[in-house]
Formats: sequence, C-alpha cells, structure tokens
Amino acid sequence: MTEAAVETGAFTRTVTATVNGTARSADVETRLLLVHFLRESLGLTGTHIGCDTTSCGACTVLLDGTPVKSCTVLAVQAEGREITTVEGLAGPDGLSAVQQGFHEEHGLQCGFCTPGMMLTATALLAENPDPSEEEIRWAISGQICRCTGYQNIVKAVQHAAAQGKEG
Amino acid sequence: MYPARFEYHAPQSVDEALTVLERYGDEGKVLAGGQSLIPLMKLRFASPKALVDINRIEGLDSIEEDNGFLSIGALVRHKDCERSDALKGRFGVLGDAAPQISDPIVRNLGTVVGSLAHADPQGDWGSALLAAGAQLEVASSGGTRTIPLDELFQGPFMTSLEPNEIATAVQIPDPGARAGGTYLKLERRVGDYATVGVAVHLSFDNGTVGRVGIALTGVGPRNLRAESAEAALAGAELNDDTIKAAAELAAEAAQPRSDERGSADYKRSVVRVFTERGLRKAAESAQAA
Repeated sequence: MTEAAVETGAFTRTVTATVNGTARSADVETRLLLVHFLRESLGLTGTHIGCDTTSCGACTVLLDGTPVKSCTVLAVQAEGREITTVEGLAGPDGLSAVQQGFHEEHGLQCGFCTPGMMLTATALLAENPDPSEEEIRWAISGQICRCTGYQNIVKAVQHAAAQGKEG
Repeated sequence: MYPARFEYHAPQSVDEALTVLERYGDEGKVLAGGQSLIPLMKLRFASPKALVDINRIEGLDSIEEDNGFLSIGALVRHKDCERSDALKGRFGVLGDAAPQISDPIVRNLGTVVGSLAHADPQGDWGSALLAAGAQLEVASSGGTRTIPLDELFQGPFMTSLEPNEIATAVQIPDPGARAGGTYLKLERRVGDYATVGVAVHLSFDNGTVGRVGIALTGVGPRNLRAESAEAALAGAELNDDTIKAAAELAAEAAQPRSDERGSADYKRSVVRVFTERGLRKAAESAQAA
C-alpha cells in the first residue's frame, strides 16, 4: 500500500503516478477526474472523453494493468499507481501487436473509441493470450463503437492474438 | 462534469477512517469502488463535504469462510466475485450474479458491499444477497454490529446505515452441504438495469427443501423477497407441482410497472418463468453438490 497523495490545501493535492513508465506529478483539485488529469494536467489527449457517464468506455485506461473508465476515477486515487494510456502502447520497435492488429484489420473508422478498445484488448491478451471470439466480445462489452465497427475490432484483436502466438 | 468540491481523506486503517467519518457526520461519504458514487457526485445528486477513500486500507479485499459465514470484504470487486471458486456451487446465486453486474470495466472497480450501501432499488446484488439471507457487518467508533439485509434497505438509495458507520463486509450464512442457487437477469443491453431479475438460493434437508430464498429485481420500489413463495416451498418436496405453485406466488409478489423495458404483465410473466427456471437450476446444482 502506498501513502495517500500529498495534501497541499483543503481541496488540493499533489498527485504522483507512473504514467506510461514515467513518474508524472501535478497539483490537482481533489475533485479532478483521472481523465482530466491525463488530458489537461499531463497533456496526454489520446484518452478520449465520450459520454462522461461511465457508459461508453472511450476514456478507458489501464490502472495497474486493469481497464478502468477514467471519467469515473478521481485523480487522487491514482497516487503511486501505474497508468497506461494509448500513448504508452507502442514500444521502441514501433506499434504493439494490438495496434498493428487494428491497423491491419481496419479496426477503426472514426477512431474515437479506438484508444479505449486497444487498452482493453491489451489487458485481455496479457491475461488470456488466445481468447475465443466470444471472450473478445465479452471483454469489450463495456465499450461503445459509435461507428458500430465491432466486427473489425474483434478481427483486430484476433490478429494481435495470432501475432502473439507466432512470437 | 466535475463533482462539487470536497475534502479528501485516504486513511490506512478502519479505525482511522471511522475517526474521520465521526468528524463529518452526515456530510462525509465512504468511497470504495466509486462506480455509483462518483457518477452521482458528477451529476451533483450527491455533494458530500468529505470523501473517505477506504481503498488504501488493508485486509478488506478477501472472500473467506469463517465461523459459519462466507464473508465478502468491503473492497472485494465484482470481478473478484466473478472469478471466485468460493461463489460457485452452494453460493451459485452470487457467482451467477457477479458477471451480470453492469459491464466488465465497471466490474473491475465496483464493489459488492458498496452496491449494498448505495441501495439502488434496481440493484442486482440486493436481490442475490437477500435470497442468500445475508447480513452486513458494520463498524463504528462505538464497535461493530450486523444488519440483516431485510432491515438494511429502507427505500430507494436509503439504508439503515448510520453516517458514522462503515460497512466492512457482507456475510452469507453457510447453507449446508446440499445447497445451490442462481441469478437470472433479463437486460436489454450490457450495463442496463434488469428488466427483471430473479435470485434463487435453496438448500435441501433430508430430501425436502430446507431454507429457500427468492428475491426479485426490477419489479418493485426495491429488491423484493417473494416471501409467500419461500414459505410454500420450505419443508416441501421439490417437484413440478411445487415449483409451478411457487413460481405463481413469486409472480403475484412482484409489483411491476409498465415502462420502456416492458409492460407490467410481461414483467410479471418473466418473474414466473425465471422463478421456475431458477428453482430447477438451483435444485440441480444442490443435488450435484
């Protein structure tokens, strides 16, 4: 267990979290949502805000490796924890297997849900490297693709899983 | 959307959390998974003066059998229940409910005990745990007490929890060796409220029904126990006739209203079908135990 965020006033804190492998810190209001911390305090705008009501999953990021809707987590709750956003998916060798899958299988149309979908897919494959189609659909069932492009999103995740098997 | 301003506390122990809560009275609120509380605060339906975040307290995140009870701690997430072997078989009513709560991402953070404290009249855990005869374990600076779930829900989003209390666990009595249950939910899409949900939890005692719990979601102002159906089955032999009779009684106990999810008649009919189906499935798993 880590200590809580450093108190700087009745309604403010200094939050330090490891974001995409790097320690990042910002002074925030206690009421600041994690998604705003990422987008506004840290300038990582790859995480999108969709419904803002815990429904659509566009703002999904990984918190200690687990997908969460960052519009429904407080920034102060992220103190001392690890966050992965879409900006953290690609490695030194280029796109991750999931990103490559979305590229190859045309897993996006407008791209709005894509960061969240890719993060959920990344967490799924980390836990279950060879998921069935049903397991993929189940994993992304908390997220909405407003283009209704689910078929190709599923294919993209399958593509990434197949890459993993080869690797 | 931003919540209104609040003071934030992240205590490391239950005692420390209770001290903070004492200070704020009914202006303090406990934050566990936050999947109901944070949306309410963003909409400003709730504007607590202080949040007491219990997520950094150790020892509240386990599911364990102890002293004749299965205990689910205040930081056990829906996802943990979905994956727990302890909630299969005899506690199948809980294991079957878990993957039907909201959606997979919400289940990663949301907690069972938090759902009970939130007391959404349409909540799924309320029915599953009412059927299982559960009680809430509650701590305050004055000590601990337990609240039977029948006495917890006072109305929509209202419970008998006092402002200075923290729900630390939900406890489900050991149903004996030959027990089983299930939760059946009809929903229009993932993450929606139940159009109808039926929880069934039963145990056999020498071939006849011992304790049975039947509770309904989405067909009343709160989670309802179908008490007449439970009474009709207790001590009876479970067969086609008694199952059908109990299903009729459960349908009568429902208080459905017509809305965009379906007509009152339709919902009542689903209660009957689900009760029948649920009893058969519960019996099957109890006999396999």
